[in-house]
Amino acid sequence: MKKEVLNYPDKKHFYPKSNPRWGKEEETEIFGQNVKLFRRGKMSEDDFRRFRLQHGAYGSRLQQNYSMIRIKVPSGEVTPEQLQKIATLSEAFSIGSAHVSTRQNIQLHWVQLEDVSEVMRGLVEVGLTTREACGNTVRNVMCSHFAGVCPDEAFDSTPYAMATARFFLRNPVCQNLPRKFKINFACCSNHGLVRIADIGLIPMKKDGAIGFKIYLGGGLGAASFIGYLLEEFTPEERLVSTCMAAVRLFDRLGNRENMARNRMRYLVNEMGWEKFQKLVIKERTNVEMTISLETLNRYKVESEGPNIRQLSNGRKLPLINEKVDINSDPYKRWIHSNVIPQKQNGYFVVFVTLGAGDITSNQLRSLAKTIQTYSGEGCARNTPNQNFAVRFVKARDLPEFYNELAKTGLANPGALTMSSAVGCSGTTSCNLAITNSHRLAKEIQSKFIELGFDTEDDLRDSTIKISGCPNSCGQHEIATIGFYGGASRIDGTMTPTYTMMFGGKDGEDGVLGKSVMRVPAKRVISTIIKIIDIYRQERNTNESLAMWVSKLIKGVPNTNRTAKNLDDIKTALMETTSLPSPQDDPDAYMDYGNDVKFSAKTARGECAA
Amino acid sequence: MRSLKYATKEKKSKSILSRNHSTSNLQDIVTSADILRTLIRKNAVRVVDVRKEDDYKKEHIKTAISIPLARVLDNDTPEKIVLLLEQSGISDKTPVVVYDDTFGALAARVAWTFQYVGHANTSLLETTFANWKSYGFETEKKINVFPKAKHSLRVNNDIFANYDEVEKAKSEQNKILVDSRERLNFLSEHIPGATNLPYTMLGTSESILRDPQEIKRFMENRGISKDDEVITYCGSVGTLSGLAYFALRMGGVKKIRLYSRSFKEWKKLGKPIEEFKDANFWDLSAE
Ligand code: HEM
Ligand code: SF4
Repeated sequence: MKKEVLNYPDKKHFYPKSNPRWGKEEETEIFGQNVKLFRRGKMSEDDFRRFRLQHGAYGSRLQQNYSMIRIKVPSGEVTPEQLQKIATLSEAFSIGSAHVSTRQNIQLHWVQLEDVSEVMRGLVEVGLTTREACGNTVRNVMCSHFAGVCPDEAFDSTPYAMATARFFLRNPVCQNLPRKFKINFACCSNHGLVRIADIGLIPMKKDGAIGFKIYLGGGLGAASFIGYLLEEFTPEERLVSTCMAAVRLFDRLGNRENMARNRMRYLVNEMGWEKFQKLVIKERTNVEMTISLETLNRYKVESEGPNIRQLSNGRKLPLINEKVDINSDPYKRWIHSNVIPQKQNGYFVVFVTLGAGDITSNQLRSLAKTIQTYSGEGCARNTPNQNFAVRFVKARDLPEFYNELAKTGLANPGALTMSSAVGCSGTTSCNLAITNSHRLAKEIQSKFIELGFDTEDDLRDSTIKISGCPNSCGQHEIATIGFYGGASRIDGTMTPTYTMMFGGKDGEDGVLGKSVMRVPAKRVISTIIKIIDIYRQERNTNESLAMWVSKLIKGVPNTNRTAKNLDDIKTALMETTSLPSPQDDPDAYMDYGNDVKFSAKTARGECAA
Repeated sequence: MRSLKYATKEKKSKSILSRNHSTSNLQDIVTSADILRTLIRKNAVRVVDVRKEDDYKKEHIKTAISIPLARVLDNDTPEKIVLLLEQSGISDKTPVVVYDDTFGALAARVAWTFQYVGHANTSLLETTFANWKSYGFETEKKINVFPKAKHSLRVNNDIFANYDEVEKAKSEQNKILVDSRERLNFLSEHIPGATNLPYTMLGTSESILRDPQEIKRFMENRGISKDDEVITYCGSVGTLSGLAYFALRMGGVKKIRLYSRSFKEWKKLGKPIEEFKDANFWDLSAE
């Protein structure tokens, strides 16, 4: 890419981020050597698998010679240089596009095992790592993409998330946990995945002191749990010892036998929360009494501190709140559904719409350029909605920003709306997948944009999330309408189907969705549209789709609605979800992306290897 | 497809130095832009532009003649190629440097053809025409014609493979079949036993072929050794695999052949293929 000279009027506000140095050159060498040892039969398959996962490379669907490389992006913070490098690496060694995951990782698919070390080498140059992105370790530490700009936050939790990530990365204490371990930081009680993590933290102030509200023992999977509040307030000095206490307890007491039930949430729920809570508090005291200075020094919040930004008072953007519809000017429609104001007056967060998180190398380069040119912080964040948030953008730059994105097809509307459906990788690359959840999410997005659903404010706070099997990588359980893939015999024919769930939610008051019914893959779109139809007929004024759905779950007696509860909804959807005979419509029995009869094929998953 | 990117001038001169071409030995696989400029000045080289004739007419590297790839492919016998060389004023001794405007694959296919009919002294320009132009190096619009020359015909069958040899390679020790198409095409279907070395791995935005050290490492990672016998192929006419041919030579492979009719012929002949249909990897692509 031609190095653009940054000729930006507010150059003094532009702080190129320094190289974060998460990666280590020697690890790439070792990876390359171990691949050779493994190929020559000098390293056992089990040892190699554990090593490979520890270094962020999963096996690809039914093809162990290829890997999915998971690039850790702590807090989702990614620089233009890093995006450019990922673009180049994907072109050379992967498939010419990258995938933004639901946990702020960026993934490269179908990389030949022999080339993984080459990709790592490139990543290290720009300070990225894949270390401990998979395997039984502390995975990527997430942080709300609004941290630092959220009007409701007590303070910016990003430096704490970064320090925590650095503290645990390569830390001997978490190299061989019973199972993976996830830590998520929020900015406020609305934004963040704090109730579905092993440790979820919300920044708060108490009597002027800085600290966190910490939730423990949540997590999604084949069986999911909502986390428990440890105590009303944990002061910042105790953040590390609290996290250490939880990790150590899990390491000591966690189930190492049964792979299907060994996340910390099972430990918590088997022994009971009160008991676990007491153990954590006690363990924390032990940690604090015994922690060495050297260990403590691994944790440095200041060193990760944000740039001090000199902000001028910028323009407001009334356009954001203007009503739009399907016939509105595309730019207005985009502003309405992709841009929101920050707490810093005059600055905006711009969301870049992707299809199920996929972005081509050319698009990555164009995105890098727009970040370089228009973001006052010189970086972007990737978000669990599988897209990018570019922050500190000024109102007057938005038209140009939009035009730049449009050149590479990145200016679709709907990033902040229901039309941007989330979909895990499914049968495009995952060993455990039953259905093509990835393609389905993309199909939903294009259909909904076509129908203009992104312009409807009452649908805006709803989400659609899809997983290709019950494992929840697509986070279907925290969606307003969620789906997970399975196989059912319908009319004597194996058919790809999805179990539909209603009423999930993220944030501090996060809840898990309730299972409603099974829907054939090829009827998912018409089913969602039908649900929206029913909602439109039966809603109260000012009742959003999400509110309506959550009422349905609780049941709403004493109204004249036809759909008062989940059973009523099931009945109302019977017709939409049923299929003609396989002879009359063979396509209805196939999955997206296939023109042959459906059969569920899976191989050993590596989620717990 | 890889999009081509253009480096700034400063960056370029550094990379030319780092390449460390101290002599103008044209047996080299690639010729750096600097050396080509010197050779042009000394009138000691025939530069061949393989882009479309219209592009050539608009602008080309100084002193270059036009031999579009399509013309080379149309002249499908060694005799006709030699005639083409003669008409272009290329004699047995004339050093030839070939360039294109993609990422070296078209130039590679033409350069391989020249070598195949006996013009060993053929080399690839290290960079593309667009880069050359962006560095501000000499170009012109003048259509160059040179007096007809004499060229002998010495077909080098050591660098050519037909389907028969490809078929046999599978069962022979130390013979490696390299597919240089992009990953998703390879995954969909390929010649049984082939290993994938996508052309996208071979070059950078500034140079059509990477540093030999890097190519060597890629080979080593894949277990390809200098003493192996390699056959390269790609999708249709041997362009991408032409580039792989030169890349592997640069990596030190001594015996290497191009299956110039590639997968297109293989499929047409109904030869066996290996398919992989259990994953919907095409749906990961964002376009
Ligand atoms: C029993 C096995 C597995 C479980 C329980 C599991 C669980 C999860 C969960 C819950 C997430 C969502 C993010 C979060 O934690 O908040 C996630 C993300 C993810 N997991 Fe898994 N996982 C499993 C196996 C796998 C395998 C085998 C693969 C593929 C190699 C995979 C690929 C992914 C991907 C790609 C994401 C990010 C979603 C996306 O954006 O595509 N997972 N995993
Ligand atoms: S939810 Fe299932 S199909 Fe989707 S990525 Fe996870 S394990 Fe694979």
